[in-house]
Amino acid sequence: MAASRLGIVARRVGGAIPSLVGVVVVTFVLTRSLPGDPAVYFAGLMADAESIAATRARLGLDRTWIEQFVSYVERLFAGDWGVSLQTGRPVLTELSQRLPASLELTLAGLLFAIGVAVPLGVLAATRPNSWVDHLCRVVVTAGVSLPTFFTGLFLVYLFYFLAGVAPSPLGRLDFIYFSPPHVTGFYTIDTALAGDWWTFRGALAQLVLPALTLGLFALAPIARMTRASMLAALSADFVRTATAMGLSRRKVLWTYAFGNAFLPVLTTLGMVFSFLLGANVLVERVFSWPGVGSFAIDALVASDYAAVQGFVLAMALLFVAVNLLIDVIYTLVDPRVGLEG
Amino acid sequence: MDRRQFIAATGAAGVLPFLKAMPAGAQGRDDTLVAVTGFGPNSMDIMRVGANRPAYQPAINLYDRLMRYGIRELPDGTLAYDKEVLEPELAESWTMADDGMSVDFFLRRDATFWDGTPVTAEDVKWSFDRAVLLGGFATVQMRAGGFTDADQWEVVDEHVFRVHFNAPSKLSMPNLAVPTAIVYNSALCKANATDADPWASDFTHVTPAGGGAFKLERWDSGQQSVYIRNDDWKSGPLPGVRRVIVREVPSAATRRALLERGDAQFSIDMPAKDAMELNENPRVKVEGHPIGCCQHHVGMNVAMAPFDNVLVRRAIAYALPYESIYNLAAFGRGEKLWGGEGFEPAEAVWPLPSPYYTDVEKAKALLAEAGMPDGFETTLSINLGLADWQEPAAVLIQEALAEIGVRVTIDRIPGANWRTAALIEKRLPFHLENFGGWLDYPDYYFFWVYQTGRLFNSVNYSDPMVDEVTDMVLPLETDHPDWAPNVKKLIAKVWEDVPLAPLYQPYLDMGMAPRVEGYAYHFHRLLDAKTLTMA
Repeated sequence: MAASRLGIVARRVGGAIPSLVGVVVVTFVLTRSLPGDPAVYFAGLMADAESIAATRARLGLDRTWIEQFVSYVERLFAGDWGVSLQTGRPVLTELSQRLPASLELTLAGLLFAIGVAVPLGVLAATRPNSWVDHLCRVVVTAGVSLPTFFTGLFLVYLFYFLAGVAPSPLGRLDFIYFSPPHVTGFYTIDTALAGDWWTFRGALAQLVLPALTLGLFALAPIARMTRASMLAALSADFVRTATAMGLSRRKVLWTYAFGNAFLPVLTTLGMVFSFLLGANVLVERVFSWPGVGSFAIDALVASDYAAVQGFVLAMALLFVAVNLLIDVIYTLVDPRVGLEG
Repeated sequence: MDRRQFIAATGAAGVLPFLKAMPAGAQGRDDTLVAVTGFGPNSMDIMRVGANRPAYQPAINLYDRLMRYGIRELPDGTLAYDKEVLEPELAESWTMADDGMSVDFFLRRDATFWDGTPVTAEDVKWSFDRAVLLGGFATVQMRAGGFTDADQWEVVDEHVFRVHFNAPSKLSMPNLAVPTAIVYNSALCKANATDADPWASDFTHVTPAGGGAFKLERWDSGQQSVYIRNDDWKSGPLPGVRRVIVREVPSAATRRALLERGDAQFSIDMPAKDAMELNENPRVKVEGHPIGCCQHHVGMNVAMAPFDNVLVRRAIAYALPYESIYNLAAFGRGEKLWGGEGFEPAEAVWPLPSPYYTDVEKAKALLAEAGMPDGFETTLSINLGLADWQEPAAVLIQEALAEIGVRVTIDRIPGANWRTAALIEKRLPFHLENFGGWLDYPDYYFFWVYQTGRLFNSVNYSDPMVDEVTDMVLPLETDHPDWAPNVKKLIAKVWEDVPLAPLYQPYLDMGMAPRVEGYAYHFHRLLDAKTLTMA
């Protein structure tokens, strides 16, 4: 059983290779098709034709696409993702510092969303058209229809500006703290590992509002999917049978109904995670969060080729990993999935 | 071992738990100023190719120049740099040669870099060589002062540095006091240079090598730069603030909240709308200064129909809704540049209110005279990077021009593409644009914007008289008898031809806590923290 599972994982990873190759080629071509000219942008405000030409040569952009592509792939294999022109630092360094920031925020937002949306969905399904159901509907509709930057600014206004209970929206840590020694890049985990509970509280406090903003946005799909699949499960034959057999309501609800209803929710979670990572960028702007989203937007605006390519590649790798993880969890949860891959 | 490694190492060794807060926290942050800004530097070295505008900030605060600009008090009580006064910084004094073809700088003998190395003429020579040879921004800026060649810099002895002029120009001396004319620790740089990187660009990119009033405590790219006072600084009065934290906060609303709550004491370059609203707020002090040698204008490309017809350009200049643009796009944070008296300028000053004003009947008549009584269709291009003023201005222009039958479509171009489209290819028929020069002289503006083929001549304007007279007046001192009459001639000519219709001269708005004193406006538009104090 373990061996076959390993086989599935290996097959999934193998299956991702063509998509990764495709991502490398497509991002390379796409970035070069962008209408902006990085040489013009980076030659500086006062640049004349001569210094633009010099910049172009220095960036290697005067060579043919084929030459540029070959050297790009060669360097990629050597573990060199290039240097971001925008920030002047290696793309890999930039991503390794910014991706954990985004992931920490996204996961915190997702956790919050799951914590609220799943019980809400289950409650709504067990009492369809009751006030709980309506409340669920209102909350999730509000959450999804408020633009994230608005929710963010509103929360800042309420909890930071008026009430003064939230810390200043200055990114991952207020400047009175030292950033923890780098282990995972997740500040809450790293501070906990270092046993620095004072900084841990600081990092956690910074995380609350942005995670809330992001989580509100994710309530709707999770709650709706939980409600729908719970309703389907509750009206299924096996639940009626279980109830008829006199099993306790708790047992019926959680073991039989929810256990089965969880599969589509799991799939939804994978998707929600992806779009939360995308929705990150607006939240990052409001809370000065040094995440990967604002890095990518800035890079795109400046036609910063290495940074855009690095970002897309990192995202592709991440999605492959997330999908793989979901698949593996699937095989654990659902006995029907697995052996066939 | 850099600071971060040091912190990591000591943290791992168990020191960190006892030193949880930076000393600033322990001391109640009283000697620490927190400044917020929308964009941060992408390099600690202004000369590095690709360095962005915020990268001027480390150049200003971490490095010394030979001279700096004096500071004067304006009638409203605020401070601004004085373009007429150059003060000693690394140079104690200087003497111009009798023939006016060179100047000797006598360096301060007690000045040292942060590592204790004395500052010598060799360091100045190396730094200026670097500026003219490295390429990119510093090289172009040096050229504007007439410096093109490393042979123009001469080490006379350890403390005397001579600069040779190819031709005397009023721009030469001021250009040695700008943020690109900084002095590096040449020994330190040379020790970190490589064959591929002879000017140690990669080194100074992250590790400043200077001797300025502040040292770099830490730089987290994309998040913050922390400056700490250099108590051994000799080139001027010690800064009143011990530590300056410049934090990057992309959202203008968040910056505003931080300033209003008092968690930040300074906000660099605020949006006009926030400046207008906070001006009334007693908890915040807003200081705005008109940006010298700068105007926001509407460009009409003379190489493209129908703007090749001067009557059409004048018609547009009479149809623009100046007042509402000033109120709704600039939020009153600017100087009006329309409705001036007559087509003959009274003073040799730039920017100056143009003789155009909103007069729809006149515009219609001019358009009819041009053979287009029913108007025409055109595209107004705007730069998304400057959307805060260009977007509302464009909508107002669209609305106003409809009255004279000109049907405008608005084309929004992302910032990176803008430079290619507007300045390099010069292919936008009708657009909003701005230019601001460091050296505040009318002829310097004409040099960049109105001379044939110049980078910021986005309208393809070309006039033999303008080309010739600009070249003639550019080196002249402003008290030269030929200067003022010729500058007026230039201004009158571009008013008549009106390839650009000036809208307003924008303000640089800085927000600060009321207890922050000593802020002075500078042409580089960034924060020079040396003069700040906190009560």
